[in-house]
Amino acid sequence: MSIFSKHLPAIHVEHHKYTAESPTEKMPVPDKVYISMAQHIGAPCQPKVEVGDFVKVGQVIGDTDAFVSAPIHSSVSGKVTAIDKSLTTTGVWDLIVTIAADKKQEVLEGLAPPQIDDKDSFIKAVRASGLVGLGGAAFPTHIKFNPKNLDEVDTFIINGAECEPYLTADYRTMMENSELLINGLKNTLHYLKIKRGIIGIESNKAPAISKLREMVRDTPEIEVMELRSVYPQGGERVLIYETTGREIPMGKLPADIGAIVSNISSVVALQNFIETGMPLVSKKVTVSGNAIRTPKNVEAPIGTPISQLIAFCGGYKKTPRKIVMGGPMMGAAVYDDGMTVNKNTSGILTFDEELALLPKETPCISCGRCIRACPMLLMPTLLAKAYDARDVEELKKQNVALCMECGCCSYVCPAKKQLAFTHKLSKQLVMEGGKK
Amino acid sequence: MGRYHQGTLIVSSSPHIMDNITTTRIMLDVLIALIPAFIMSGFIFGPRAILLTVTCVAACVLFEAGFQYITKKDSTITDLSAVVTGVLLAFNLPSSLPFWMAVIGSFVAIVVVKQIFGGIGQNFANPAITARVVLLVSFATPMTTWPLPNKLLGTTDAVTGATPLGILNMGTDLSSLPSNMDLFLGFVGGSLGETSAIALLIGGIYLLWRKIIEPWIPLAFIGTVFLFALLAGQDPIFHICAGGVMLGAFFMATDYTTSPHLTTGKIVFGIGCGLMTMIIRLYGSYPEGVSFAILLMNILTPQIDMLFRRKTYGGVKI
Repeated sequence: MSIFSKHLPAIHVEHHKYTAESPTEKMPVPDKVYISMAQHIGAPCQPKVEVGDFVKVGQVIGDTDAFVSAPIHSSVSGKVTAIDKSLTTTGVWDLIVTIAADKKQEVLEGLAPPQIDDKDSFIKAVRASGLVGLGGAAFPTHIKFNPKNLDEVDTFIINGAECEPYLTADYRTMMENSELLINGLKNTLHYLKIKRGIIGIESNKAPAISKLREMVRDTPEIEVMELRSVYPQGGERVLIYETTGREIPMGKLPADIGAIVSNISSVVALQNFIETGMPLVSKKVTVSGNAIRTPKNVEAPIGTPISQLIAFCGGYKKTPRKIVMGGPMMGAAVYDDGMTVNKNTSGILTFDEELALLPKETPCISCGRCIRACPMLLMPTLLAKAYDARDVEELKKQNVALCMECGCCSYVCPAKKQLAFTHKLSKQLVMEGGKK
Repeated sequence: MGRYHQGTLIVSSSPHIMDNITTTRIMLDVLIALIPAFIMSGFIFGPRAILLTVTCVAACVLFEAGFQYITKKDSTITDLSAVVTGVLLAFNLPSSLPFWMAVIGSFVAIVVVKQIFGGIGQNFANPAITARVVLLVSFATPMTTWPLPNKLLGTTDAVTGATPLGILNMGTDLSSLPSNMDLFLGFVGGSLGETSAIALLIGGIYLLWRKIIEPWIPLAFIGTVFLFALLAGQDPIFHICAGGVMLGAFFMATDYTTSPHLTTGKIVFGIGCGLMTMIIRLYGSYPEGVSFAILLMNILTPQIDMLFRRKTYGGVKI
């Protein structure tokens, strides 16, 4: 993209992938799970159960008729003890269904593999599986897989970059569930009539690359592509560019340039549903950071409180001062370790005081590091100046809406400016300014 | 809810990890890169070169601290930028300059050019360069009286003479021009920190290796000087080693605040510096033009940034 490189700008971050070789451990069912009714972008679900109801694993407990949505299933068998409001990590109120687990994990009667014969029944199955973008965005998968111009889509890309430091859940999934992954991809390509499948994996996950390459040796339509180990290789727009060389024009969607991107775990969960009928009720999560005693990859029922995962990993070895859900570059800091594992939770990172305290901001010295780091080729320092002046016109002109909040600019800034944070505020300012 | 909650947990926006680079670390790297030239200045011009550098550094730091104390601003002297300015200013002065003049130069650099415009990151031109130009215009004679280098270690030679570019400019006694090897090592007359091309080159390579600077400005600057000299029928090696080209290209023109943001802009900026330098050297009345060239290009930097923008991802021109 720059005059000398065919890559988008990116940064080198320390990988901290301490749990890469730790096989996933399934954690015991907690006494209670707290299942949020807003686990996807779009309309939240309405509870389909009442206090006192007995539910089983895989039973729908929340759904809605709204288009942009996905059903929510019980991750345990037990009794619904409460349905009440709680504040989420994103700062909105949301309904939580509390289920006291009976620890028998009885599976819902009649749970069977879905009947799939064509695209429509496939998409129906995708919705029934409760799938959302498991990488973090939580966009309902059945909508993503069914764009208006599906016939123009010729490439299905699986995001195996896992570019966020610390996180290894996707890597473990590739190693432990490779059959499900490849079969899921084959099914998706088949029912969506997409010619080509690409699995993009960063070069620091060499065992996964060779394992999957071996498995698709006789499947010419699937290619396992080795990507540079740089951040943010797994950003949707970045991944499409690095795997196909295509750039999404402003205001368009990936399908408009013939690509659909999906996360590793999403495809695996989908194939699991196709084979067993069991919807998305548990999630592989990397528990790491410097305040945890034993970093692990844990498979936890959806709705498990963070504190229980922490306890399963030996508890804190230092006083935690920051807990992040997701990766350290884009994850959200939570204000309470009673927050629960959601469908899109990929990591739980605990940091001690030294890593949690924000360094003091100093004046910008115009070093240009943020400008060289921005994968979207924005001018972060100029955007920050425009925000300081609350100059909505300039922010629009500088195309702040393109910012994907990857955090590269803040990461490289020697003045420790919270540039990505400023861009989030700028985007909000532009949206509000646009309404007036 | 959990054991750790609001009050004990810090909630902030992502990213939650950062590179360990700081402004202070960058300035420290620049100072490290200046060490070879500093040592050479002591060898070439004797202890007075060291003393003058110390004077400039002390004056710059004191002016910065004093200004920020009087204007009730947070002190920024720990970021070492004032130290860098002091060293660079001294490197642009003849070692025989009276100390009080160096102090005036420090005042111009730190107070007039840097702090009055808002401090670090806000200056419109390179503080050291501007201060040197102010001193050159104000004190023409002491600023152009060049002590001759010591060929041997020892006390400063009292004898003064012309710089290599001065000899070229007068055009009378070209046979007294130093050899290119003397120029490369720095045993010639000139500002105290600019003469040793090899020392500055080592420092420049260190800055490139540490990724403190990008290569575009030095390459374009030195490349343009080289080509211009070649086309003008002069010795290109002489022109890139003589005067302030090496110091200017690696340490002055690369000043973050006063040079363009993007690669194309940086190349244009470097070419501009090289062209101006050679035009002044060959056709102007001053024997040397690096300071004026960089100062002029500093002032043109906002225009260069406006002209050479880039398209964002998705092809939107901003």
